[in-house]
This record gives sequence, C-alpha cells and structure tokens, in this order.
Amino acid sequence: MKTLRYGSVMLALGLFVAGCAKTVKPVPAPPAVTTPPASTAPTTTTAAAPPQTTLSPLDDPNNILYQKTVYFDFDKSNIKPEYLDLLTAHAKYLMAHPEARARIEGYTDERGTWEYNIALGDRRAQSVRRFLLFQGVNPNQLSTVSYGEAHAVCHEHDEACWHLNRRAVLVYLTQ
Amino acid sequence: MLRRLVLVLILGLLPPGVAHAILEIQITQGVSTAVPVAVVPFAWQVQGPPPATDVAAVISADLTRSGRFKAIPDSSMLEKPTQAADIHFTNWRILGVNDLVIGRIKPAGAGNYQVEFQLFNVYTGQQLLGLAVLTTPGALRWTAHKISDLIYQKLTGQRGAFATRIAYVEVSGKGGLDHHYDLVVADSDGYNPQTVFSSNEPIMSPAWSPDGKYLAYVSFESGLPAIYMQNIYTGKRERLSDRPGLNSAPAFSPDGRRLALVLSSSPGNPDIYVMDLASRTLRRITTSAAIDTEPAWSPDGQSLYFTSDRGGSPQIYKVSLSGGTPQRITFDGSYNARASVAPDGQTLVMVHRENGRLHIAVMNLNSGALLTLTDGDLDKSPSFAPNGSMIIYEASYGGRGVLAEVSVDGQVRERLSESQSGVSVHAPVWGPFLSQ
Repeated sequence: MKTLRYGSVMLALGLFVAGCAKTVKPVPAPPAVTTPPASTAPTTTTAAAPPQTTLSPLDDPNNILYQKTVYFDFDKSNIKPEYLDLLTAHAKYLMAHPEARARIEGYTDERGTWEYNIALGDRRAQSVRRFLLFQGVNPNQLSTVSYGEAHAVCHEHDEACWHLNRRAVLVYLTQ
Repeated sequence: MLRRLVLVLILGLLPPGVAHAILEIQITQGVSTAVPVAVVPFAWQVQGPPPATDVAAVISADLTRSGRFKAIPDSSMLEKPTQAADIHFTNWRILGVNDLVIGRIKPAGAGNYQVEFQLFNVYTGQQLLGLAVLTTPGALRWTAHKISDLIYQKLTGQRGAFATRIAYVEVSGKGGLDHHYDLVVADSDGYNPQTVFSSNEPIMSPAWSPDGKYLAYVSFESGLPAIYMQNIYTGKRERLSDRPGLNSAPAFSPDGRRLALVLSSSPGNPDIYVMDLASRTLRRITTSAAIDTEPAWSPDGQSLYFTSDRGGSPQIYKVSLSGGTPQRITFDGSYNARASVAPDGQTLVMVHRENGRLHIAVMNLNSGALLTLTDGDLDKSPSFAPNGSMIIYEASYGGRGVLAEVSVDGQVRERLSESQSGVSVHAPVWGPFLSQ
C-alpha cells in the first residue's frame, strides 16, 4: 500500500516589475500543472480466481485494523471512548511489527482560522500518538503531521461533513 | 487659465496577466454617506484603437470600492468634457456631484503614453489637482490606480491604497490528488493575478515583507510543513524553517529584519518564536503548554499579539518582546483568533465566532469595544489595507472561499468574486504601500 504522496512542486518565477524599475522582464508562460499520473490500473475480473495471497490485516475489510480514522468533537482533541479498541488494535499491530511505520495525520473542520486549525489538527494527531505510545509503541515507528482544514474529505457545509473532517488518520508507510 | 502641476512618473510596468479569471467587484452593502463624484471617460488622443483598459472606469471603481465615494455611471452624465474649457459646472451641480475628474491620454513617444487628469470641485469650480503621468500601454491599469490614490488623498487627506498588491492562496480541485495550490499576487482590486508558486500540497499563511518584495509562506511540498521566503520579482526562494512539528503562521516584523513564527517547542505544543533573519537565530517568546499561534506585530515592533487557548478558549493575547507575562486582550465571546493590527496601532481586527459562525470583528484597543463587521458563516484571514481604511478577508460564497473587503467601520462591504468555478480563494493578505 503506497500512501506517501509527493506533490510535484512547480516554482513559477513570477516576474513583476514594479516601482521605478526600468526593465521589463517577460512573463513566463503560466506554470504547467503537473499532476501525478492517474492510476489507470484496469480492474479486470477474471473467471479464474488469482492465487490467494496473504492479505495484510491492514487491508482486510473484515479486520478492525482496516479502519484507520478516528473522529473528534468540535474544538476537541481528546480520544473518544468508541475509538479505544481501534487504537489499541493498531498499537498491538505496531508492536508486533516493529518494522512498520505510521504517520498520524491530524485534520479539522473548516470552522476556525487556518493557522489555529493547524495547531488543533496537530493536537489531534498528538492525542493519537500519545495513546499509542502509552500502549507501548516505539516512538520511532510514529510520525505526525497536521494539515488543519486542508485536504477535507467532505465539502458540504453542515455538521455531517464537519464531523467527517474532524479526524486523525493513521497512514502506514511503505518501507 | 488653470494652473497645472506636472508630475512625471515612470510607472511600474506590469506584465500582462497570465490566463486567470477576472475578479468582479460587487457591492453587497452600500452606504448613504458616500460622496458622489464623476469620472468622465478620458479622451483617447493616440493613433490607433483605444486600449482595453478604461482608465476612467478603473478610477471610478476604485473610488466606489473605498466606500467613501460613489462614482456616477457614464449614462447619467449630461456632458462628457475632456478639457477644462468644456466643463459646464451647472451640468454637474444638478446631478448632485461634488467632484469631477476629466482626463486625456496622449502619445508620449516610443510607444509610451502621457495620461493627464484634472480634479475639480463642482461647487467652487476650482481645480484641486492637475497632473500628467508618463506611462506605457502595459501599465495603464496601474497608472489608473495611482491616479485614484492621488485623488483619494486630495479629497480625504488620507493616503490612497489602490496601487498596492494583495497575495492569496488559490485552491482548485476537491480532495484527492487533483488538489492544486497556487500562491497568487494580484493588484488590490484582484486584477492582474500572477501565480508566484504552485504545488499539489497545501500552501498556507502568506505574509508580506514590509518592502513588498518578499512573501513568507508555509508550504507542504515535502509532505511536511516548512516556511519559505520568496522574492516575488526574481522567484528566488529559501527555506527558513523546517523543524520537527509545526512550522506555521510567519509574520515579518515592521522593520523586516525579524520573522515571528510558530514552532513546536515539544511535540504537540505550538509556541511563538522570533527569528532574526540575518543570523537565523530563534528566540522563544511564549512558554505555555496551550496552543499559542497566529503572531501579529504591533506597528512599533515592540510586542506581538497572538491567539492562545491557555484560558480554555482561543482568545487574543499580547506579549512584550522585552519580557513580561502575556496579557489577555479579548473577552467578548468564546473564539477570537488571528488578530492583525491596524497601521495606526489603535485597532485590532480578528476572526470572531458567534453561534458557530465566523465573522470579522474589530476591537478598539483603547476602549476594548468590539464591533462585528461581517455576517458571513466562514469569514477568515482579515488583513488591513496599508492605509487602514479597508480590510480584505476570505469569505465563503457558494461553498467556495472568495475575496471580500469591508471598510473598517463596517459600512461598506464588497465581494471580489471569482467567476471561475471549482476554485477557492484563501488567506488574502494586503501588501504594503509601494514606494514611488
């Protein structure tokens, strides 16, 4: 499961000539937007089932570890009781797989300032991290990042959506 | 014969904008105290067809946008003089117009233009201002803004801020990998947008250097947040901070030598720091275990306003850089955040939450009185114009972030709405006066 995303970064040299500058520099063409190649792997279904490979419990919809997101109340960063089993299961998995690495991503809904939300998302990610460490996970297995209200998963402006966006996500990293 | 001062300005040549949506100005809340003025279409005395930029229309829009004036439409004008000798002031008095602007655009050699304009008081018939500005075809719009600045200053006594720039973040696409972030610099009315940096990862919190040459901002291009500083004229940029944890909310000091920023003093504990830009040394300013973020400099550079939830909810605090305990500044409501100080240091603008909705509010720092200026659901990122008369902010309209402006007294509000769908505009910040 490859989950690391690297945004391709274009540095557009915006050439402004202002004030008393006397030379005009040409404006470069608008920066090309490079998007990662779309994953166009065809989803073909063949009659003959492929040989069964061992499905990672992280990718098994029937395993609790398949769920990697916990949700938070408005303006809050405490782990709600309904997520304790889930996080405990992830803690056990991480302890059983010391080579596994997970990034905890913290997010918020849109009802706050961008910068405060970065801090709030960080606090949510840290809540999850602290819980996992408390269970005995090696700190070297964990990293955190807060995106605040960026990368929202739901874009309506109502509580149902806000709830889905107030989250922390465990992202297991490929080695 | 009317006396005419001649001022020759070689104006900055703004290159034509890249393909971008044009922002429209919409007045969402009018004001009856606006002074009626008339800007007559300027005479075009150059060979060839007139340029796309209608100088008089740009000046009219600028003056109207300020909320202090209301420019009458061309269709109401009883005459359209372009020379002082052709003005019949009675034709303007009966329209209730206070001030009249006329002008001419002439060839000035080597493909340049000379834009002449005169400002008259309609009731006295007196010329208040008469100037000639040397410019080029590509800089005609900027020239119009400069003329607006001169007229505004003559009529109000306050320096105009039309020939200034704004910066903001544009987000296109929703979710997944089709997200795209552009850091954009535009004229104060939203025209001439220029992308200065692009990324498929979030860009946040642009901040101007006091000379208007640099933007500091947060970019997640590496997957983690880092603070960069970029020269907007050369495109050269450098990474200022990519420490573990947060790298957030950069703010240049008024002298441009320091940068306030937010770092994690320990995992999960954001604190305010000040970086000396020459030596890159860091000094920690706040020490609480709470969230401390969104630093904003006082105009004298002696203290910082910031947001902290140390009292249980996000409120604005002030800390002196020479030491001492942070003082709580806001007490009204359960959420006051992202303060910014007016140029005169007397007013604080902030995001103020009421019933779960975010509004822009100003606070008189002398009396402590809070005045809510906007009534949107998600009004954010307020930033003062350099003359303190207007505040630009991010509003939510049709489910998208759009640029909006409100006068500091709340009397005039307008939206600079993008017609481009699927694009959201965030974190506008008004640049400084540009020297000249």
